[in-house]
Amino acid sequence: MRTSAFSRLGSTRVLPGFGLSLGISLTFISLVLLLPLTGLFGQLADLSLAQYFTIITEGRVVASYMVTIGAAAVAALVNAVFGLLLAWVLVRYTFPGKRLLDALMDLPFALPTAVAGITLATLYSSNGWMGRLLEPLGFQVAYTWVGIALAMAFTSIPFVVRTVQPVLEDMPHEVDEAAMSLGATDGVAFRRVILPHLWPALVTGTGLAFVRSLGEFGAIIFIAGNMPYETEITALMIFVKLQEYDYAGASAIASVVLFVSLALLLAINIWQGRFIRRLHGGKG
Amino acid sequence: MTFPLYLRRSVLALALGAGVSGTAFAQERELLNSSYDIARELFAAINPEFQAHWKEEHGEEIEISQSHGGSSAQARAILQGLRADVVTFNQVTDVQVLADGGLVAEDWQDQFANNASPYYSTTAFLVRKDNPKNIENWDDLVREDVKMVFPNPKTSGNGRYTYLAAWGFAEEEFDGDEEQIHDFMRTFLRNVSVFDTGGRGATTSFIERGIGDVLISFESEVNNIRGEYGSDDYEVIVPPTSILAEFPVAVVGPNAERNGNEDLAQSYLEYLYTEETQRLLAGFNYRVHNETVVEEFSDRFPETKLLRVEDVFGSWNEAMETHFEGGALLDQLQRR
Repeated sequence: MRTSAFSRLGSTRVLPGFGLSLGISLTFISLVLLLPLTGLFGQLADLSLAQYFTIITEGRVVASYMVTIGAAAVAALVNAVFGLLLAWVLVRYTFPGKRLLDALMDLPFALPTAVAGITLATLYSSNGWMGRLLEPLGFQVAYTWVGIALAMAFTSIPFVVRTVQPVLEDMPHEVDEAAMSLGATDGVAFRRVILPHLWPALVTGTGLAFVRSLGEFGAIIFIAGNMPYETEITALMIFVKLQEYDYAGASAIASVVLFVSLALLLAINIWQGRFIRRLHGGKG
Repeated sequence: MTFPLYLRRSVLALALGAGVSGTAFAQERELLNSSYDIARELFAAINPEFQAHWKEEHGEEIEISQSHGGSSAQARAILQGLRADVVTFNQVTDVQVLADGGLVAEDWQDQFANNASPYYSTTAFLVRKDNPKNIENWDDLVREDVKMVFPNPKTSGNGRYTYLAAWGFAEEEFDGDEEQIHDFMRTFLRNVSVFDTGGRGATTSFIERGIGDVLISFESEVNNIRGEYGSDDYEVIVPPTSILAEFPVAVVGPNAERNGNEDLAQSYLEYLYTEETQRLLAGFNYRVHNETVVEEFSDRFPETKLLRVEDVFGSWNEAMETHFEGGALLDQLQRR
C-alpha cells in the first residue's frame, strides 16, 4: 500500500521514502551545518572588504598561518605513511591484541583534545619521560614547532587509518599474490598493484587529517609555547580576537581557515572523481 | 525523632529521582556567581559561610552556584546570556564591558567600598629554592640568563597586569624615556619561555614542566602555589615596585532582577567586606582593607609601592587601547 501511495506521488525510484529522507537530511544539514556557518559569515558583515584584508594579512596572523599550515602538512604526511602502515597491519595480519589495537585507533577522536595536549606536553617537556631522553640529543619537542606537529599528528591519525582500512579489506590477498606469482617483487607489487588501488582513500584520509589539524586548538595550545611569530597557531589568533570581544575579527581569521579547508576538500573530491572514472575505464 | 532537613531532602531526591527533586528544591533560591579561573577554591570556602550567615539572618536556605573561567570569557558568556547574578572578576575592564552592555550599573565602582573591590593583590615572583638566579626586581628579569613564565597578556588579565607592572617599573626607572622603556619591554617579552593562555597554565609550565627561572603571577597565586608545592622548593619575591590589581565585584542588575535575587546579590557582595570574610580572603593570600585583619596578617604581605593603572596609564580603557589591542604597543614590541 505504502509503496503504491508513494509511486502515485510520481516517484519512479525503486526504494520508497526518498523524498522524506532527503527532506530530513537537508533540514538536518541546514540546522547543524549551514546555520552555524551562516552565523559565522553574518559576523563578517560588520567588516568592510578593506578591514577584512587588513585583519587577515596582519603580520602576526600571517606568521600563524605559516606555522599552522607547515605543521599540519608535516603531521598529515607523517600520518599518511604511518596510517597506511597501521591499516596494513590491522588488515593483513592476525596477532594477539589486534582487536585492542583496532579499538585504540579511535581513541584520539574520543579523548578531549585538551587532555591529549596536556599529556603530550608532560611527556615531551624537558623533565618528562620522552623529553628527558630527547633533550640531551638536541631535540626539543615541547614548546617548539615539532610539538605542534606532534599534537596534530596525534589528533588526526584516525582519519588516515579509518579511510584506508576498509579499502584494504576489500582488496583480497590474491591480488598481490598474483602479481608476485607473475614475477613482481614486493616493491613492484606494492607500487603497481596495491598503491594505485589505495591511492584515493589515502589521499582523502591525508587531506582530512590536514584539514582537521588546521582547526585544532585544545591539543596544541598546551604544547605550543605560543610565542609570537614562532609557535602561535591560527586558532590561538582567533581565540585572542575573541578575548578582545572582536567577533568580526575572529570570524575573519576563521573564514580563512574555512576557505583553505573547503578548497582542499573540494579539490580532493574532484580529483577522486576523475581518478575513479579512470580506474573504471572511463565508464563510472 | 525528626530527620534534619537536608537528610529528608536527599532521601526524597533518592526516592523520587532527580526530576522530582528538582521541583523539591525549586523553592530554594539560587545565586550564580560568575568568577575568574583561579577563584574556585576561594569561593568554595566563602559560599558555605554566606549560606549559613543568610540562614541565620533570614531563615532561608539558599544555593550558590559558581561558574569559573577566564574573566573575559565569563564576561562574554554573560553578554550572551549566562544568567549570573553577580560577578567577581580580576579585571576592571571585564566588568566595564558588562556596564557598556547595560548589564551592570554605569556607576558600579561607587556601589561598593574601595572601587567595588573587596580585596586586591599585586604581581609577584615565584623563584626556585634559594633564588639561584638572584631575582629581586623587575630589572633582573631582562638579564640574558633569566627565563620567565607568565600568561599571555593577549588572553589573560593576569598577564596584562604583569606587562603593566613591568612597564610601570621601566617608566620610573628610565624617567619616562620612551625609547629605553620600549627596549626594556622588548627584552622583557623576549625572555619569556612559554606564553600560556591563563594563570593556571603558566603555573603548570613552571612547576610541573620545570620551565623558566621565575613565574610571574598574582601574589595570592604564587603564595598559594608555594603553600601547595612546598615552601622548601620555592620562594616568593615581592618586588619593591609592582602594580595594584583590583578584584572588582558587581551585581548583574537585569539578571538578579529576573531571578528575584536582588537582595541576595547585594548582600553576597557586601558580605565580602565583613571582617570574617576579609580574614578568610587574607588566608588565601589576598590583600584586604579591613584594618584589624591587615594588622593580623602584616607579616604575610610585605610593603610594596603599588602603582595604580589609572595613575600610570590614564585609565583601563586607555591602557587597553594603547597597549593590548590588535596592532597596539604589545604587538609592536613583539614584532620580529
